[in-house]
Amino acid sequence: MASVPMHQGLLLAGILFSLGLVGLLVRRNVIFMLMSLEIMLNAAGLAFVVAGARWGQADGQIVFLFILTMAAAEVSVGLALVLQIYRRFKTLDSDAVSEMRG
Amino acid sequence: MLHLLWLIPAFPLASFVVLATLGKRMPRKMVPVFGAGSIGLSAVVTSLVGFSFLTSPPPGNSFTQVLWTWIDVGGFRPDIAFYLDALSLVMVLVVTFVGFLIHFYSAEYMGEDEGYSRFFAYMNLFVASMCTLLLGANLLLLFLGWEGVGVCSYLLIGFWYRKPENGLAARKAFIVTRVGDTAMTLGLFLLFDKLGTLNIQDLMHQALVQWPVGSTLPVVAGLLLLGGAVGKSAQLPLQTWLPDAMAGPTPTSALIHAATMVTAGVYLIARTHVLFSIAPQAQLAVAIVGAATLILAGFSAITQSDIKRVLAYSTVSQIGYMFLALGVGAWSAAIFHFMTHAFFKALLFLGAGVIIESLHHEQDIFKMGGLRKEMPVAFWTFLAGACSLAGLPLITAGFYSKGLIIWDTWSSTRGSSVLWVAAVLGVLLTSLYTFRLIFLVFFGEMKTKVHKRPGFAMMMPCVVLAVLSVVGGFVDTPEFLGNIHSFSDFMHLALPPITERPLRGMTEIGSEALVTLVFLIGLGVSYLLFIKRRDLAEAITAPAIAKALHRFWYTDWGMDWLYERVFVRPIVWIARVDKSDFIDYIYSGIALITELLYHGVRRTENGRMRWYAAGIAAGSIIFLTIVLFL
Repeated sequence: MASVPMHQGLLLAGILFSLGLVGLLVRRNVIFMLMSLEIMLNAAGLAFVVAGARWGQADGQIVFLFILTMAAAEVSVGLALVLQIYRRFKTLDSDAVSEMRG
Repeated sequence: MLHLLWLIPAFPLASFVVLATLGKRMPRKMVPVFGAGSIGLSAVVTSLVGFSFLTSPPPGNSFTQVLWTWIDVGGFRPDIAFYLDALSLVMVLVVTFVGFLIHFYSAEYMGEDEGYSRFFAYMNLFVASMCTLLLGANLLLLFLGWEGVGVCSYLLIGFWYRKPENGLAARKAFIVTRVGDTAMTLGLFLLFDKLGTLNIQDLMHQALVQWPVGSTLPVVAGLLLLGGAVGKSAQLPLQTWLPDAMAGPTPTSALIHAATMVTAGVYLIARTHVLFSIAPQAQLAVAIVGAATLILAGFSAITQSDIKRVLAYSTVSQIGYMFLALGVGAWSAAIFHFMTHAFFKALLFLGAGVIIESLHHEQDIFKMGGLRKEMPVAFWTFLAGACSLAGLPLITAGFYSKGLIIWDTWSSTRGSSVLWVAAVLGVLLTSLYTFRLIFLVFFGEMKTKVHKRPGFAMMMPCVVLAVLSVVGGFVDTPEFLGNIHSFSDFMHLALPPITERPLRGMTEIGSEALVTLVFLIGLGVSYLLFIKRRDLAEAITAPAIAKALHRFWYTDWGMDWLYERVFVRPIVWIARVDKSDFIDYIYSGIALITELLYHGVRRTENGRMRWYAAGIAAGSIIFLTIVLFL
């Protein structure tokens, strides 16, 4: 099997991570922010898998499974919060929900 | 029995701890059980110790009980140790017994007060400190008690702290006595530096060995100790705090500001009498301070209208007598007068408390009158105290103690005729203001109705003290009246007798007769002015100059006015000017920078989640950059 060179894989992961971060920072809709967060998590997971393939170790794929589990948990909590926010504020704009300032 | 000595201050101290921690939660009836009971136990222990001291005197007529080493640093090693001799025994006996009677009285007097347990806690702490002061074997322990009684005095003057003027009086008392205490501290430093110990007996021995009579060092040390004594005992020029201290509850005035604490200065000088006997100049200063104070305070007492202030000035004046006695070397006469004064002055204050309580807290003697028929027990006990104070001949204690001082002032080698004239003039003033008080309060027509009669707990101590004020003097009588010397003989175990000079033109009986005559003149004049011819009293005070003089004496010779201008205002002015000096800029600069930082950082806390995320991302990038490339 022709292997993908490591630097290409990492570059892809870096690009994905940056896209996710930019999405997180520019979108105001909470749901889109959650989606951007998912992209960042997956980019991090991709970096682990690439690194695991480079050294022929299973650790990278195991960590990816952990990330997947954590993402599932995070999304379930996040979506519950989104529901609550929508009930209370009738909007999903994250900037409108800025009451908890010091 | 002597080893029970430590219990004397321990009982009141333990009771203070109990009352201070549990006083609010314990039933109200239990408070005086602890408060007065502990002092009663102390009095019992003192009697046991005194009995054993008299029946089987310890070697050297003194007993030292070392409990533990207090401090041990670089050759400075004071112990927590108590020293008992004739002097401290008499003082402790008076303090615990009179203290117990006053606590007993307070159980009823303060009964309605919300600070009932607080009052007893302070009073117990006071008695514990006072016993420490009297029994301390070294000057440092004495100083601990000295400051302890000062704190209790402050707390009790300001006991009713909701009134601002009470707090002011408390602070004044504390600060004015602090002036004296500073002098005393310097004296202790000097003594330790030159003689290498603070243990009183070693100190006196060393002073006698190392210092020749009349050299500079003992005079300086004596004057510094005198400074402390003057502050505590409210003598000239630091007497201004005592009349204001009457803001406290009346039992406090009786115990602290009449019977015990204010005589601590007398005790200090008597305790260090060896030092004063090798410093004749310092001892002369003691006599002059005493003589001047007894005259000035006597004049002030004549013009006062508040019953407690009359008694306060009278206390200042009587302590002046004790200082005069110390100054002429009549040590035992001073302690004798301390004892009788404790009896009759405590009685007078307790009697004043009874009157004030019965008349809706009225303290102005011009609004009283005619109480003789209304309150016979209060009248007779008060009269006994007043006669003792003025020195009614033959039957009262005050006559014997004051007569002894006046005679010793004449006959001692360190006395002089000028001091003697001052002492006799003092008798006239005492007699005048005492009977003015009696006539205004108990005779004439009634001006305020009696609304409440005191109960047993308040009258019993008055009766006991009245008996003591009469019979307390028979322990020491002059040659022509029985020639009893039991008190002087006992005191001479600890204090030397006076050295008599060759007498010229005066005998003891002549001196006593003259004192009696002067007493009668005072009595007659006040009878004339305040009973027979009230119009005459008004005629005397009518001219402008008499009014000005009255005002001058009423304000204690303008002392407060003078101190306000000479000390208080300049210091307040300097403080105001100095409020913003450059050192303050450093501290206020630090505060300003912190505040600016706070305002800057506060901006980032805006509740917008995306800003937080951006912050985290930027922070991670910066740290990663630092870790990877630097």
